[in-house]
Amino acid sequence: MLRRRLNRLLGRDERIADRRTIYVGHRSGSTNDAIIPPKFCDNRIVSSKYTVWNFLPKNLFEQFRRIANFYFLIIFLVQVIVDTPTSPVTSGLPLFFVITVTAIKQGYEDWLRHKADNEVNKYPVTVIEDGRRIRKESEKIKVGDVVQVEEEETFPCDLILLQTSRDDDTCFVTTASLDGESNHKTHYTVPDTGRDLESLNATIECEQPQPDLYKFVGRMHIYTSNQDPAMRSLGPENLLLKGATLKNTQRISGVAVYTGMETKMALNYQGKSQKRSAVEKSINAFLLVYLCILVSKALVCTTLKYAWQGTPGQDEPWYNEKTQTVKETNFYLKMFTDFLSFMVLFNFIIPVSMYVTVEMQKFLGSFFITWDKDFFDPEIKEGALVNTSDLNEELGQVEYVFTDKTGTLTQNNMEFIECCIDGFQYKYRDASSELDGFCVTDGPVSKLQQKAGREREELFLRALCLCHTVQVKEPIECHDQGDGLMDQVDGLEADGQETSSLQEQRGFIASSPDEVALVKGAMRYGFTFLGLESKTMKILNRNNAVEMYELLHVLNFDPVRRRMSVIVRSKSGDILLFCKGADSSMFPRVRQEEVERIRMHVERNATEGYRTLCVAYKYLSAEEYNQADKGLREARLALQDRDEKLMAVYNQVETGMSLIGATAVEDRLQEEAAETMMALQGAGINVWVLTGDKMETAKSTCYACRLFQRNTELLELTVRTLEDGGRRREKRLHDLLNEYYKKAVLDAPPVKGGVTRSWSSTNQDYGFIIDGATLSMVLNSSESNSSRYKNLFLQICQNCTAVLCCRMAPLQKAQIVKMVKNSKGSPITLSIGDGANDVSMILEAHVGIGIKGKEGRQAVRNSDYAITKLKHLKKLLLVHGHLYYVRIAHLVQYFFYKNLCFILPQFLYQFFCGYSQQPLFDAAYLTMYNICFTSMPILAYSLFEQHISIEVLLDNATLYREIAKNAMLRWGPFLQWTLLSLYHGLLFFFGVRFLFSNPALQDNGQVFGNWSFGTIIFTVLIFTVTLTLALDTRHWTWINHFVIWGSLAFYVFFSFFWGGIIWPFLKHQRLYFVFANMLSSVSTWLVIILLILLSLMPEILLTVFCKPRGSNARQMKHRLPSSGTSTIFMLSQTASTHSFSWSD
Amino acid sequence: MVKEEQPESVNRPDNTAFTQQRLPAWQPMLSAGIIIPGFVLIGLAFIGIGVALFVTSRSIQMLEMDYTGYEQNSPCFKCSDESVKNCMCNLDFNIDTLFKGPVFFYYGLSNYFQNFRRYGVSKDLDQLSGDMDAFLDPTSDCAPYQYDGNNKPIVPCGAVANSMFNDTFKLYQIVKGVKKLVPLDGKGIAWWTDYNIKYRNPTVKPLKNAFNGTVKPLNWPKPAYELDPSDPANNGFINQDFLVWLRTAALPNFSKLYRRITEGDYAEGLPAGNYSLEIAYNYPVLSFDGRKKVVFSNVSWMGGKNEFLGIAYLVIGSMCVVMSIVMLIVYAKFKFPEED
Repeated sequence: MLRRRLNRLLGRDERIADRRTIYVGHRSGSTNDAIIPPKFCDNRIVSSKYTVWNFLPKNLFEQFRRIANFYFLIIFLVQVIVDTPTSPVTSGLPLFFVITVTAIKQGYEDWLRHKADNEVNKYPVTVIEDGRRIRKESEKIKVGDVVQVEEEETFPCDLILLQTSRDDDTCFVTTASLDGESNHKTHYTVPDTGRDLESLNATIECEQPQPDLYKFVGRMHIYTSNQDPAMRSLGPENLLLKGATLKNTQRISGVAVYTGMETKMALNYQGKSQKRSAVEKSINAFLLVYLCILVSKALVCTTLKYAWQGTPGQDEPWYNEKTQTVKETNFYLKMFTDFLSFMVLFNFIIPVSMYVTVEMQKFLGSFFITWDKDFFDPEIKEGALVNTSDLNEELGQVEYVFTDKTGTLTQNNMEFIECCIDGFQYKYRDASSELDGFCVTDGPVSKLQQKAGREREELFLRALCLCHTVQVKEPIECHDQGDGLMDQVDGLEADGQETSSLQEQRGFIASSPDEVALVKGAMRYGFTFLGLESKTMKILNRNNAVEMYELLHVLNFDPVRRRMSVIVRSKSGDILLFCKGADSSMFPRVRQEEVERIRMHVERNATEGYRTLCVAYKYLSAEEYNQADKGLREARLALQDRDEKLMAVYNQVETGMSLIGATAVEDRLQEEAAETMMALQGAGINVWVLTGDKMETAKSTCYACRLFQRNTELLELTVRTLEDGGRRREKRLHDLLNEYYKKAVLDAPPVKGGVTRSWSSTNQDYGFIIDGATLSMVLNSSESNSSRYKNLFLQICQNCTAVLCCRMAPLQKAQIVKMVKNSKGSPITLSIGDGANDVSMILEAHVGIGIKGKEGRQAVRNSDYAITKLKHLKKLLLVHGHLYYVRIAHLVQYFFYKNLCFILPQFLYQFFCGYSQQPLFDAAYLTMYNICFTSMPILAYSLFEQHISIEVLLDNATLYREIAKNAMLRWGPFLQWTLLSLYHGLLFFFGVRFLFSNPALQDNGQVFGNWSFGTIIFTVLIFTVTLTLALDTRHWTWINHFVIWGSLAFYVFFSFFWGGIIWPFLKHQRLYFVFANMLSSVSTWLVIILLILLSLMPEILLTVFCKPRGSNARQMKHRLPSSGTSTIFMLSQTASTHSFSWSD
Repeated sequence: MVKEEQPESVNRPDNTAFTQQRLPAWQPMLSAGIIIPGFVLIGLAFIGIGVALFVTSRSIQMLEMDYTGYEQNSPCFKCSDESVKNCMCNLDFNIDTLFKGPVFFYYGLSNYFQNFRRYGVSKDLDQLSGDMDAFLDPTSDCAPYQYDGNNKPIVPCGAVANSMFNDTFKLYQIVKGVKKLVPLDGKGIAWWTDYNIKYRNPTVKPLKNAFNGTVKPLNWPKPAYELDPSDPANNGFINQDFLVWLRTAALPNFSKLYRRITEGDYAEGLPAGNYSLEIAYNYPVLSFDGRKKVVFSNVSWMGGKNEFLGIAYLVIGSMCVVMSIVMLIVYAKFKFPEED
């Protein structure tokens, strides 16, 4: 504190709130002042929501915050307080059931979390205090403690690495549990912390906790007795994250900087916002309608009651006098009580169990995605993953798909295809050719069959071998994989003969697959990267000699700069800078005369869909190096604006290079990418490709995926088209937008239901291309135009079959998704991607899908669903999405339907019982109707229904359009269902009422009473409601049979049972032998059969007169063109359309 | 909050019919080919049943007579004034043809709400099943018929018991100017289970002692244990008239079984002739604009006379047939495409 205050006085510590100071081992810094350690939170991880003590109140509170539960609680309380027609049990029991089921589920989940928390918090760790090693529970670690971690242990908190058992001051970790990346990452100790931790006297200043796993800035002051404090920069490479596991390293020590809930892991598990599905919005809207119906019913009854009582003799006939207390009650209070009583009587119209059923359906239903073996990928041995089951049905409603290109449309399985050195093209034939398999194929026309100089070739290959951040997989890993090889690395060095056979099996690990492809490519040509050991890179060259280079600096890749460099010192002492990067970022930085030779290759490669990188180098003089070295070190030490400062130095160093050549790496299309895209378009989904890649590459991918086709007219809105004609960009943008708008929107015939790709008609297809720079112009142009441009842009896009957005920054991707999401009609959007750069759009879209690809697991972690391959998207949407939507939509409609026709007879009965709130059905029936008699069939339906078979759904993408725009939950179908339930309700009541015009229904002349009346109606109701569902069921598995017939049998059995015994706990044995007596009457049987048949008649007729959907679909099949990728077609496309696009 | 643990299928998902949603399934497709013959069959069956019901219902003889005495000229007009006690009136009628037996004798009330909620619950089943404790402490549901003015418990308590129908009838056939009593059978008019299981008298003998310390319902002329002096087994809570009354009617216009005519000369039915019904008019209904009637009816397998059911069956049956003809025409004209 004193020091801080002192610092503040001296004005050194301006931004105290932005950083924290940590005393390593709780020892004060330079001086002897006693330190007052600042307060940080302890190392306990609390992910659980409840404790034993607060579970009940907190859980109940949370549950009753749901509007439906609260409603039933109110009804229950009304029943307890006011004299109401039904006992509190009738609504209390279902409510109790619902609450209990939910509470058990949540309690169980929380118990699991407690267990997980405890496992983490009670884990024993070793803390070094005053030179002694002390075992502690993990939760007792404080910031500043020096913690020792053994191999294979996970780090108990975020640590700054101080000491490692490895000689090269590194350690390896995997962050599999954090982001799923299972590769080994290298972390470095802070330089000069020395071997002696006990005497280390240092403080660490670092930023306040923040959730970004890959960012950390800090610095360490090391105090030694006689010198000025030394200062070392700290970056993410020094920080070991809680949750990561130590690998390949016996032991490390580190100082805790962030603990407990402030660790990056804990911070990352917070704040993932809940997505709500459109179906839920529909449910709430319907619920509101039903609430209105309920209230109006109660109001009507109350009003009529008092009107009716107004006529003399009706209010209090002599046979039914009121009690004294009732007589004395205030008139208005009586009226209000009556209103409440009616509410209670009709409250079953709001389906209490619907929420539980919907939740169960979603939870159980989502297993079918996980279980689907079509989603299983044998390569990574994983299937689909469901992170949230709330959005199952949303998969059937997608209108826009935003897809990433690399790793999503393409495999991100890079293969080195060719390179060009000094303008000469080298193409690798195949793996069987000899070691120096350099061979020249169709190079530039003028220089056919020529080679570049051998020196240049080798320089180029060395550049490929050195300029990267690839790691060689440790030999231990090889043993783990069980391929029985001996120590591979040693073998390599010792025996050159074996290398060639081992080379292909060498494991390289890199953050980007491009780099592996390049290193592997170089390996094919004879230059093998052997690994990095204590800052020395080893290369096995063509002559099987090992070359050593000292790695001085790595100028990391970043998407803005779009290049990376290394600075190395060769054995001979030369300092070289190798740089590789995208052409656009390289060409301005190399000598211009070299550019032309390469440019042609690069562009040709790009149009063929390859990813191209240019490679350049330069010699650094000692003076230049020193300057660069100083600049880099300074920038790395900066606490503020470190990135900007680094960037400036990078830019300064990476100039005046000379271009050696370029590489072409093929990123093959994902399996069935084209079919998938065609299917999506056939389903009426707009596909937008959002990529950071350059336009040519992206465009050719689009052609390959058949998003663009031969007759597609491309509307291009890129920096290049804007710069045409030499006018001002804004003006040009304005003109182009208007022109395209006219073309695509005004002149095009109106299309219904989104974009339809017409198979036969001659409608012009449009494709739209925009790049990041232009997009930001559209979005951020002067205020007056901004919304207009945005509008124009959206309308153009909506009329295009496919939209390609290239050169997008991750945030721009999210921006586009957001823009479309909020456009008119608020369409349902889906984002699919595999990399960290797609996370923002995955989070933004209604449904986020991650691909378990090669770029780590971040996308998967943030997604709602994760699949292994793009092609699975087709089944996920067309089959699972479609089925889930139909199931849940039917579930919701059916629930409202069955509750309305349940309550309507009860309402009608009020007109015949003097509005006295006499319930028509017995309390047992009222209670059980929703939980037992009618809940299981609809649950089974909503899990197993396939109104159209899976194959047909897969084959006919157009079927997806039938359910577009929430088709089954709009007001139209809702009205239909409501009318059906009105019809049923009226029929049930009046059918039985007319039967009862003579209540002598038995052949012994005895008469039936009011409970028989209700039971007959209830029987008809149960049968009709269940059989209506049976009629709608198109897919009868044994489970459906079991549940539907079982429910009916259970009803009959229950009624006999319930009526067969004098139940000691019942006050009135109302149903005693009512059911059995009812069945002894022939007339009752006849009326039940009649009413059931009459109720089902409209539906039967409808199904006959409207064509069933399945057969409809089968016909459609013939009209669709066969879909299959034709490579020839694709190539001819790319050739013909690209001629105009590379004009400079 | 830590993300919920998801079942991550590390291994290949089970390839079972269930998990792959490929359970063998019956996929019924309702098509015209099934529906048209189905409708014809159902229609014909319904018409058959309808005809049977209609004919049966027609054959049931029913005689209904209002005796409220609302009109001036009606024989019971003098009794309709509530101030007149122990009023008797005679209702004369004649039967043209033999009224086939067994004849059932119902009384009917209209605009009488036995299905009032509070009315329906206003009884104490504990009392009615012979629980002596409940005799002295009737349930509060019975209020205001729980205790009398002297705070003595009423047994049987409640509005239902208190309002029990208490008009009595005697039927005479007038043979050559002489009144011949038609024997009325009061057994078997209530549900067997009500009489034998649901309602029980206290086991105290004689029954009268069980009622010590209680009072009879205010409107009752006689206590429960003296309801039927002729038959000791028909007293207390298992008096059949009482049981019939306890089975509350579903609708405000109802009839209840009063007696059966099964004995003596009348076992075969009521022969043609003149009859006189002697009514002990006790039950006031005009105060709430109600009506009283007596009904003589015989029953068939379908119960009492009910034209509704027969007509409904006939209508629905013909509808089905018509519908199938319409469908057939449509089918012939347009050839449903899915019919392969």
